[in-house]
Amino acid sequence: MTLEIVKPGLATSIQDLGRPGYFHLGIPEGGAMDRLALRAANLLVGNDEDAAGLEAVFLGPEIKFGAEMTVAVTGGEMPILLDGEPRDNWTSFNVMPGQTLSFGYLKAGARIYIAVSGGIATEPHLGSRSTYAIGALGGFDGRALAAGDVVPVGAAPLAEEGLSIPEALRRGPGKPAELRVLPGLYWHRLTEKSQAAFFDDAWTVAPEADRMGYRFRGGQPMEFVDREQPFGAGSDPSNIVDGCYSYGSIQVPGGLEPIVLHRDAVSGGGYFTLGAVISADMDLIGQLQPNAPVKFVRVDMEQALAARAERKQIIEQLRESLNQPG
Amino acid sequence: MTAILSPLPGTFYQKPSPEDPPYKAEGDAVAVDDVIGLIEVMKTFIEVKAEAAGTFAGYKVENESPVNAGDTLAELS
Repeated sequence: MTLEIVKPGLATSIQDLGRPGYFHLGIPEGGAMDRLALRAANLLVGNDEDAAGLEAVFLGPEIKFGAEMTVAVTGGEMPILLDGEPRDNWTSFNVMPGQTLSFGYLKAGARIYIAVSGGIATEPHLGSRSTYAIGALGGFDGRALAAGDVVPVGAAPLAEEGLSIPEALRRGPGKPAELRVLPGLYWHRLTEKSQAAFFDDAWTVAPEADRMGYRFRGGQPMEFVDREQPFGAGSDPSNIVDGCYSYGSIQVPGGLEPIVLHRDAVSGGGYFTLGAVISADMDLIGQLQPNAPVKFVRVDMEQALAARAERKQIIEQLRESLNQPG
Repeated sequence: MTAILSPLPGTFYQKPSPEDPPYKAEGDAVAVDDVIGLIEVMKTFIEVKAEAAGTFAGYKVENESPVNAGDTLAELS
């Protein structure tokens, strides 16, 4: 079973839930930017939640199916067309060989997830099919999909048509998007004034934002507590002696534009990190368009862990909503 | 009037580079697939092409301004 990429969109790539365990070697976890949306798409077509699907950003691809399969599209809001006929998002539908899936203009969010019954069946690398394009690893020859690519799909029975995720479980960012942040290791490097301004200021997503990191602008330049830079650190006050970066951590080169490291992030370097966006809110970042308004909201560890538990409950509710008969 | 819409969100440029004139001026003939501008997003520049032929009637968005997918960038008469 296969599907063929007729038009690739902007940067459509094969993604699953990633390859944890290699970040200390510089290989990022990778995987879907909006993991909840990929899980939902997989559940709708009868796949394991960690099966590989397609992630398309800002611009939908055009796909011709080589076999009968069940399809679901979740995540951002982009009109779905099967041979020109509209289909609902967050809802399963069947396709016949030769039919073509295409998309209208993006209306909300940033990324859509296309799951097919059987899952994308390229060869896994380091335990995952996720595409890490900068490292030319995984996915389809380690790169974003291109016109003419014929992508293998696993054999699986058709799933039920018309299954749908309840609206309450379709999580997306608000306006402004509120991203919860836990101050971290180098928080003390900022003056009290800049610490407060980071949470008070209105930020917007910069157009450079991608799978490696999301950059924000619009807030005040940050001021640092005076110190003599330690041996091995660069001369700019935003520099540190090289250290490890955590996924979700926020670096601010030159104290100007915060960058939240995302799924394809580098694993270390010489910028201070003021804290990290909590794991429960990383999916929301994956649905932010350029120029989207953002507020950073301060939380403590207890609140961060409560948010993580709450997010787990949403995943559990997703599973339950699809297991109910009828 | 035929509208040329932005295929994706980002920053719109009327010119190929800051020193160059805009791709099209009012009254220019536009053929299918002629480039009328650029959208910058994710460190990539994507060419915006006309999907219909006509006479260029002007840009509807300022140079270097943010746009959403589906916004009208320019019009053909």
